[in-house]
Amino acid sequence: MNAFLAVDAVSLGFGGAVALDSVDLSVAKGEIHAVIGPNGAGKSSLLNAISGLYRPDSGTIRIADDGFSRVPTKRLAELGVARTFQNLALFKGLSVLDTVMAGLVHRQSAGLAAQIFGLPAARREAREHRERAEAVIASLDLADVRDRLAGTLPYGVQKRVELARALVARPRLLLLDEPMAGMTATEKQRMSGYIRAARVSSGTTIVLIEHDIGVVMSLSDRVTVLDHGRRIASGTPAEVQADPAVLAAYLGLAFDEEAA
Amino acid sequence: MATTSSPVAPPLRRPSANRVGLVLLLVLAYGLVPLVGTSYLYEAILTPFLALSLAALGLNLLTGYAGQLSLGSSAFMALGAYAAFNLSLRLPVLPLPVTLVLAGLVSALAGLIAGLPALRLRGFYLAVSTLAVQFFVAWVLNRFGWLSNDSPSGVVSAPPLVIAGLSFEDARGRYLVSLTVVSLLTLFAWRLVASPTGRSFVAVRDNETAARVIGVEVARTKLLAFALSSFIVGIAGVLWAFAYLRTVEPAGFNLDRSFQILFIVIIGGLGTLRGAFLGAGLIVVLPLLLSRLGAALLGDGFDSGTLEMGQRIALGGLIVAFLIREPAGLVALLDRAVRRVRRPA
Repeated sequence: MNAFLAVDAVSLGFGGAVALDSVDLSVAKGEIHAVIGPNGAGKSSLLNAISGLYRPDSGTIRIADDGFSRVPTKRLAELGVARTFQNLALFKGLSVLDTVMAGLVHRQSAGLAAQIFGLPAARREAREHRERAEAVIASLDLADVRDRLAGTLPYGVQKRVELARALVARPRLLLLDEPMAGMTATEKQRMSGYIRAARVSSGTTIVLIEHDIGVVMSLSDRVTVLDHGRRIASGTPAEVQADPAVLAAYLGLAFDEEAA
Repeated sequence: MATTSSPVAPPLRRPSANRVGLVLLLVLAYGLVPLVGTSYLYEAILTPFLALSLAALGLNLLTGYAGQLSLGSSAFMALGAYAAFNLSLRLPVLPLPVTLVLAGLVSALAGLIAGLPALRLRGFYLAVSTLAVQFFVAWVLNRFGWLSNDSPSGVVSAPPLVIAGLSFEDARGRYLVSLTVVSLLTLFAWRLVASPTGRSFVAVRDNETAARVIGVEVARTKLLAFALSSFIVGIAGVLWAFAYLRTVEPAGFNLDRSFQILFIVIIGGLGTLRGAFLGAGLIVVLPLLLSRLGAALLGDGFDSGTLEMGQRIALGGLIVAFLIREPAGLVALLDRAVRRVRRPA
């Protein structure tokens, strides 16, 4: 199996605390891969390392054919990687349409003068980007709010806007940090639908962090489980669910919390 | 795919009512005002209003749109004014419009350099580094006499405003030159904020990490904001010196002026183009209103010292009031008023 994303023995520490301890992650092209684990297990740190926001102390990260000890965040979009953030990272002063169009900024080739004087190249580019943005907005059912400022929308809608900003670039690799956090069951179901549709329409490889085990089991092809910065299991949802180490570290705990 | 209705695309442009208003405003400014205006109106109100509006417009691109706080605006005004003075003194063959653009470019270059700390500093710390620019420029202008053509007082007269052989030296002419320059640069700023580059400014302001992840070149964007902002502020400095004061002197561009421009932006509304004009209007008209009011209330006891003090107190009070009650500035008040009028009760 040829992995599209390969994280190889990545370690990361903050002062004395270990966030990631020699973590491996292998994601095949077109796969939806969930990363789960208790709070503080290192899930977001892993995503931040893959997107270059954190510099691993050791280990390598390979995206498609390029290997990095630190992924260059500047080039992330060019590499075909897009992501969303756990706590929304929207531009609250831009409209939804502008926010989604901003997701195409790495494709911008018309220069400043061409933009300001409205030269044909800039106008054509603006039209193309606008059409692409409109298409994504429509496919995520955001047409009603396209002219609203992103910061004024309800939380669940903002999550969708952020997904739209990532999807408009047609990423080869999409990193989703808790895309359904704080959503109702119905909203989660819709969000799952959008994520599946993204894979169908552009063959995107998806890594997502999610707490809702039901969503994880139904949505993902494979699951990696982290605990205290270490990978304790990896496999299909069924395999992971049956793994005694996982039950001890995570699922048991989660069920306890729900029971409480 | 989720089921969707086909995307109906309403036009991206602002409601046409705004456009009609803008045209009316221009007709008024070019058509009516020059017919009925008095030189008091031009010299005490309209010309300083235009120059300050332009400076605030430039600062608003940097602070309001790109989110980079600057306390050095009047340094860039000074650079623009002195560059224009020296260009017209030493290269008198250059037509005035060319001199204006070159002066703006000098200021833009300085802005680019002043913007370098923004790559490492944010907010308060960045503001302090721009403060250094303010003091440095003041020192340079005092230290190198040839910049003021070795005038002993450091005060030099601005050259006459002549464009294509026509003199715009009278009060109305200077108003018309200012109006034209401000109109053209406002058009430029309007195109800029609506462009993908303008979008990147806001992206950097609202979330730098997210901006970097989607591919915004953050360093380049910040430097561009500094350069474009300083270009406009520099030309505002030329208008301030050439069209309003008619002298070029460092005292016209002190720290007070930088704060005044920042206050205009805050009172008018951060991140809006109209805000710069509304804020400047208030700042220019406020002392005139206060002096009338003071004279009416206090009679002869109201001297210029009292006026100066009253002005500062009123301005300070206004800023505090706006920051607490309406951080979005006069623009937000105006928009609310317009909505109220349009919606039948």
